[in-house]
Amino acid sequence: MSATATKAEATVSRRQRRPRITLGKVFTWAVLVWLFLPIAGMIAFSFNDISGRHNVTWQGFTLKWYGKAFVYPDLNQALFNTLLIGFATMLIAGITGTLLGLAMGRYRFRGQQASNLVMFAAISAPEVVIGASLLSLFIALNLTLGMTTVIIAHVMFSISFVAITVRARVMTMDPSIEEAARDLGADSWTTFRLVTFPMLFPAIMAGGLLAFALSVDDFIITSFVSGDLTTFPLWIWGSTRVGIPPQVNVMGTLIFVVGVLLAITNIILARRRS
Amino acid sequence: MTRLLNRAAPYLLALPAWIWLGLFFVVPIVGLLWMSLMTGNIIVGFQQTFNVGIYPEVITTYWEHILRSLGYGLAATLLCIAIGYPVAYWIAFHGGAHKSTYLLLLLLPFFVTQVLRTISWKFLLADDGLILGTLKAIHLLPQDARVLSTSIAVIFGLAYTFLPFMVLPIYAVLEQVDHRVVEAAYDLYASRFHAFVHVILPMSLPGVFAGVLLVFVPSSADYVTAWVLGGTHNTMIGNVIQSQYLVNNAYPTAAAITFVLMSVLLIGIFSYAKALGTERVMEVQAG
Repeated sequence: MSATATKAEATVSRRQRRPRITLGKVFTWAVLVWLFLPIAGMIAFSFNDISGRHNVTWQGFTLKWYGKAFVYPDLNQALFNTLLIGFATMLIAGITGTLLGLAMGRYRFRGQQASNLVMFAAISAPEVVIGASLLSLFIALNLTLGMTTVIIAHVMFSISFVAITVRARVMTMDPSIEEAARDLGADSWTTFRLVTFPMLFPAIMAGGLLAFALSVDDFIITSFVSGDLTTFPLWIWGSTRVGIPPQVNVMGTLIFVVGVLLAITNIILARRRS
Repeated sequence: MTRLLNRAAPYLLALPAWIWLGLFFVVPIVGLLWMSLMTGNIIVGFQQTFNVGIYPEVITTYWEHILRSLGYGLAATLLCIAIGYPVAYWIAFHGGAHKSTYLLLLLLPFFVTQVLRTISWKFLLADDGLILGTLKAIHLLPQDARVLSTSIAVIFGLAYTFLPFMVLPIYAVLEQVDHRVVEAAYDLYASRFHAFVHVILPMSLPGVFAGVLLVFVPSSADYVTAWVLGGTHNTMIGNVIQSQYLVNNAYPTAAAITFVLMSVLLIGIFSYAKALGTERVMEVQAG
């Protein structure tokens, strides 16, 4: 009798020591595996030892594609375009979106409702609609499609995201800190430069990075307004018919690794802060 | 002077963004309507003829595509709720110290561009690919089984692509749920099931509503997934718009289809947002 009791106690304490495996945990991890499956495929096939361009069946392990990552000049150009457009979007949408977010979060003014509505519509409008309508505009204006039109489009769909991120921060900011600065004799520009801006900076950064990510990832809108310009996603799309070379997998893997490193730094920084 | 400046401040701040959104969002949408009423072709050029007849024409030609797109969008949205809600719930309530790590893991795959991820699925799901080939080799599946070029592939592909847009808003709301309220329900002898249905679920609904909007609209207008995974029998309205614009250069027809799609979606979005209040939906989006 007592033997069984101690045995039961032992199982209980062992169960408590080990992290409990629940249905929810299993489900979450299963979903994560599902999400990472195509990424794993992409990474695996960046090491595939094939001879031609058809990277479809597994032929054996090689590292050679990492040495020849940049042998397609037009692919390099496409990647370069993507990054350039991303940075330009981050900068322009970051500034205009931040200003709009400041206005929306701090003031009550006429046109605020309309502004809200347009931002909401710009976020929820489907990409084909945005792409198609911008293309119509550019055709009507006789604008040559290319880098400029792509940046115009990317800034347009990123502004609202930046504005919302910044607005949320402005609204939760403690106004008494700025008042304190003013009480200590700072004029409004000094207050903004030394108090408001540093407090807003994380939100501005987050909004800017979001704009960068949206821009780099965008395919649908870009395909409408790019003309002869290629970006990384457009180049992949264009090469599906002739076969996607392993270099694409290599670049995809490198971009992914950069993402992972950013994420890890973020976690470490967050840990250190708390 | 300073008072005047103070009053003008919000307008000055908002002006650059307003100009940008006005010129490149509001004007083009109106321009779309204008373009749709023109006639002509890419060689001789297009003239404005107020050809209203284009609308019944495209609706009768493409109603099937539109319905299919809305159906796929709805199915993907429901799938995202079924998959995303439990995940958001588990991370919010049981994620412990690793909450942000789980969220990052959830977002990491999206560092790889959508086109590449979808093409990767195509390789994985190929008839003799890694998954189906293996299952066929051990006789778990009949030899003629296939996933690619079916509507299932498109719906799962869409759910895959837009899942984070469902998880994040639901998580954002569940994170805010006051645990004391849930404990109060337990103290009042609510079972786990009743506590969920009567306490947690109602509080998380705004997140679900935001997620539905963020998943349904882009997935029903997507064309990448259907193009890569859907084969020839599952084309969505986005594919039609894309080919009419970029392959056939039939701008007025394409503009008319786009306008129809946009109207259908906008009517849906605004009646939906009206019922909930845009501020609320947008605040949830912002997290």
